[in-house]
This record gives sequence, structure tokens and C-alpha cells, in this order.
Amino acid sequence: MDNTRAHPQILATPPGDLAIWFFIYAELLAFGVFFVAYAFARAHNVELFNESQQHLNRASGAINTLVLITSSYFVVRGVAAIQRGYSTLCARWLAAAIGLGGVFLAIKLHEFDAVFSAGISLSTNTFYMFYLSLTLFHFMHVILGMVILFAVMLKAQRGGYSAEEHRGVETGASYWHMVDLLWIILFPLVYVIH
Amino acid sequence: MQYKSQAVAKPYFIAAIALFVGQILFGLIMGYQYVVGDFLFPAIPFNVARMVHTNLLIVWLLFGFMGAAYYLIPEETETELYSPKLALITFWVFLAAGALTIVGYLMVPYATLAAMTGNDLLPTMGREFLEQPLPTKLGIVVVALSLLFNISMTVLKGRKTSISLVLLLGLWGLAVFFLFSFYNSHNLVLDKYFWWWTVHLWVEGVWELILGAMLAFVLIKITGVDREVIEKWLYVIIAMTLITGIIGTGHHYFWIGTPDYWQWFGSVFSALEPIPFFMMTVFAFNMVNRRRREHPNKAATLWALGTGVMAFLGAGVWGFLHTLAPVNYYTHGSQITAAHGHMAFYGAYVMVNLTMISYAMPMLRGRTANSGPAQTMEMWSFWLMTVSIVFITLFLTAAGILQIWLQRMGTNPMGFMDAQDQVRLFYWLREIAGFVFLTGLVLYIWSFFCKKGEAVKA
Repeated sequence: MDNTRAHPQILATPPGDLAIWFFIYAELLAFGVFFVAYAFARAHNVELFNESQQHLNRASGAINTLVLITSSYFVVRGVAAIQRGYSTLCARWLAAAIGLGGVFLAIKLHEFDAVFSAGISLSTNTFYMFYLSLTLFHFMHVILGMVILFAVMLKAQRGGYSAEEHRGVETGASYWHMVDLLWIILFPLVYVIH
Repeated sequence: MQYKSQAVAKPYFIAAIALFVGQILFGLIMGYQYVVGDFLFPAIPFNVARMVHTNLLIVWLLFGFMGAAYYLIPEETETELYSPKLALITFWVFLAAGALTIVGYLMVPYATLAAMTGNDLLPTMGREFLEQPLPTKLGIVVVALSLLFNISMTVLKGRKTSISLVLLLGLWGLAVFFLFSFYNSHNLVLDKYFWWWTVHLWVEGVWELILGAMLAFVLIKITGVDREVIEKWLYVIIAMTLITGIIGTGHHYFWIGTPDYWQWFGSVFSALEPIPFFMMTVFAFNMVNRRRREHPNKAATLWALGTGVMAFLGAGVWGFLHTLAPVNYYTHGSQITAAHGHMAFYGAYVMVNLTMISYAMPMLRGRTANSGPAQTMEMWSFWLMTVSIVFITLFLTAAGILQIWLQRMGTNPMGFMDAQDQVRLFYWLREIAGFVFLTGLVLYIWSFFCKKGEAVKA
């Protein structure tokens, strides 16, 4: 009778700590509301949005998309490593992901520098208000994600996780994937679609 | 009562309830002045009654928070308070300062009070909710520092739990954000901008941390659910509170001369502010349903559940009602705001204090729970006060909708006072509901002296 578990890879609960999922959904909701507000505001100012969008650095946004997706891949490798019990390997993959997070921040800072030195601010127009606040909020989430991954990496280095017990790694990974996912929506929405 | 020093909470709770009575009496006076404008004039003009009503509310809630801190910290840290004597001295200082301030409001004209208390040295008075004279404001800082010193030292020497850390964070935040009450720019925009850093970041920020910690403490005690489970909820709730509440300050920045982007920030983030309150409701019911013991104090359980529901309705739903910028364009500063204010303060902060008092007071009087008849009386008072605040909120909401319709919409909007005349009926109904509330409060106090039945022994 016990063939109900024919698909053991389908998880009954999401990976990681349940609390992080409340947090992730709350974050997604906050960004989601902002995305909807963006769409709503754009519908009323299509020309302004299209015009302002032309001035964004799309190349830097595209590179950053690749950077974050790659870092997410590294995090996946980190989780795979700890599932087989390789603590040091897991820590190295996480370190690589954190490194790419740093690359993302550096590229982003370069982009912000250009924008701010052009005299653009939150009050320039509605498009720039959305562009700056969405990317700045996301920027801060990248920093928070890096802090979380760093804490997980330190614990992995000390051998704090094992093949049996590695919830913490999955918790950190889930949050990082969310940061990545947000960017994957944010980039086309704000930089590309017109 | 497990620790002797917890006894210092008792005078705080008694003072809190006494000032609560004062708050309600002045509320009734003011409610009557809404319909009979010169009632008690010139002895107690409307502006003075309003100031006393709101200031007493804040002061008694602070007494409640302090009592709660002194009660729960020894149990959480599993050690006696660092200095019970300091806690008692602080109590008398705070009570004297509070009483003198209220007497000052009532005895002399406000401008005279300002001149008498050195407002020209550092002008901080004359702003809603922060009307206190300079010496009182300084007194509040001293009292807060004394409380923080005492509580922090106790936590440092004892067990560190999430509840005590969240409470401590809330109390430190309370003290830090009060400091903005000393900033009073000549620029009206800047003045208002930072005024909200005290007013908003208290009630929609750090006070929620205090609320969360108090509710979590009582829920652990009455349900016996694992601390781990309750603490995880507490963390998620306070994270949501801070994520939404801090930038949610923007919903006060729509029309005061701040940049336009606040209309977006304020709308988006404050639209999410009901979430932590909703989670609090789910949390309270979930924990009570999963209870592992039948605590004899049924009244405290009722208050705890009520806090979740009423805080969500008052702060969450009634807040959301007028928080989006396009809606607030019409509702700003109308009776809708008053409706929200009444239910939110009652549902969140009054009720969490009464929850704590309901749980702790019997313990402080050497019993686990009051007798059956005393609890029944207390539960009656719960329903009388809660139902009447619901009616007060509904009447004020109706008054607000009518007021906005007459005064702010259409091609021929009415003047303010003409519109007020049209909504008198709702003010009368609100006043009646106010008297029911007072009845509930009297019954509540009576329940402390109920001699019938046997108290549950400790």
C-alpha cells in the first residue's frame, strides 16, 4: 500500500525553513505590488516611459542578468554538494556565488554613478522614480542575500551541515533564488519592454 | 509570580487603569462637545479636552508597556530585576510628571503653560500629541532611560530569549524615536516630516514590536505551545512589521510638501501594513488551538484572541481603507481618520495591555487566575468595550463618509461647519456608544474587587 511515495523528489514542504517562505512571499508581494503600480503608471504615461527608457544602460542590465543567473547556478551546485555531504565544496560554490553578487553590485554602482551624475533623481519624472526605487530596493536585497549566503558559507566551512541536515543551506539558497527571480522580472519590465 | 521583583509591575498596571478611566471621561466630555459645542466652556474647552484625552491615552499605554516589561523580563531572563528600587522610583517620577502635566493643561491656558515651562528656550510644544511642556518631555526621556537601563542590565545578566530581545528592541526604538519630539524646525514641512518619526514610527513601528513580544509571552504562558514555534512566528511578524511600517510612514507624506514619490512609496508599503496584523490574528488563534494545557485564566485568553482580531480590523482594515493616495486625497483628516484611530488604538495597544494585565494581575495578587464569577464579569467588560468600540468606529466611519461627500465632493461643496451640522446624528450615536464603553470599563474595574467564588490558587 505504501506506493504513495512513488515520487520522492516531490517535496511535501518547500525546501529550507518554513519561516523564510513567509518572508519570501512577503517580499514577492511587496515587489509585485510595485510592478503592478509600475504598469499602472506606465499606462498613463506611455510616451514618457518609452522616452526615458531609451537612456537606460541596457547592456549593463543584461550583463547583470547573466551574472545573477550564474550565481544562482553556483548556489544550486552548493546545495547539491552538501546533499552529498561535501561541506568544503559547498562553501566554495557559495563563495563563488557571493563573488558574483559582488560583481552585480559593482556593475550596478557604475550604472547608478552614470545616472546620478546626469543629475537624475527620484523626482526627475515618474519613470525614473520607478527605475531608481525598484533597482535600489533590489540592490539592497542583493546585499541582504549576500549576507545570508555568507553566514551559511561560514557555517558550511566549519562543517556545520551534513548530507542529512542542511536546512540552513536550502534556506539561504531559496532567498538567493528569490533575489535572482526578482531581477529576471525587473530587468525586462523596466529596461526592455516598451 | 515566580520572581519577587516582578511585584514592581503592580503599581504600573494600577496607574495605567486609573489613567485609562481619565482618558475615557475626557473622551465623553469631548464627544458631547461635538454636538453641544459650549459644554463646560470656558472651564474645559474642546482643544484642552482633546489634548487630555490623547495624552492620557499615550501615558497610560506607556505605563502598561513599562509594567509589562518589568513583569515579563524577570520570567524570560530567569533572574530578578537589576534594580526593583529604581523601577519604583521611576514609577513615582513618571506618575508625578504625568499628573502635573495634566493639571497644567487643565488649570492654566496653554500659552501660559508654555511660558511657565520654558518653551521659549527650546520650543517643542503646540504640536498634536507632542503638546507636553519641555520639563515633561525631558522627564519622559529620563524615565525611558531608567527603564532601558534596568531592563537591559537584567537581560544582560540573565537568559536571552527572542521575546526579551524583541521587547528590548521595541523599547529602545520607543526611546530613540521620541527624541524627534525635540526637533521643531521653522520649516513646516520639515517639522511635520520628523514629527511623524515619533508619531508614526511609534505606533506603526516599534510599538508593534512591544505588542508582538507581550502577546507572544502571554500566549506561551496560557497555551504551553513550544517556545520555538511561538518565537519563529514572532520573528516573521516583526520582520513584516518593519518591512511595511518603516517606509509606510510615506502615507503621511502625501500632501505636506514632500516630493511626489512619497505618494507611491506610501501607498505601496502601507497597503501591505495589514499583513503583519493579519499574521498576528492567525498566530493567536493557531496557538490557542494547538494549546497543550487548559490555563484557568479564560479571560486572558479572550483578551489575547481579541487583540489579534481587533488590531487587524482597526489598524489593518480601517488603515487600508484610506491609505492609498488617490483615496486619501478625499479622506485626509476627516472622521475616517478618527474612526481608524479609535479602533486601531483600542484593538492593538489598549487590548494588548489589558491582555497582559488580565494575565499578570492575578499572579501579582498571589493566584493563578481569578474566580469564575470575577472572570465572567471581566469577559462581560471585554464584550461591552469591544462591541462599543466597533460601534464608535462604524458611526465615525458613517460620519466620515457623509462629511467627505458633503464637504469635498460635487460641484457645490459645503463649508466645514455646515457639513458638521449634517453629521450630528452620528456624533450623538457615537456618544451613546461611548457611555456603553464606560459601563464596560466600570465593570472591568469592578471585576478586580469581585469577592464571589474561589480564586484558582497559585
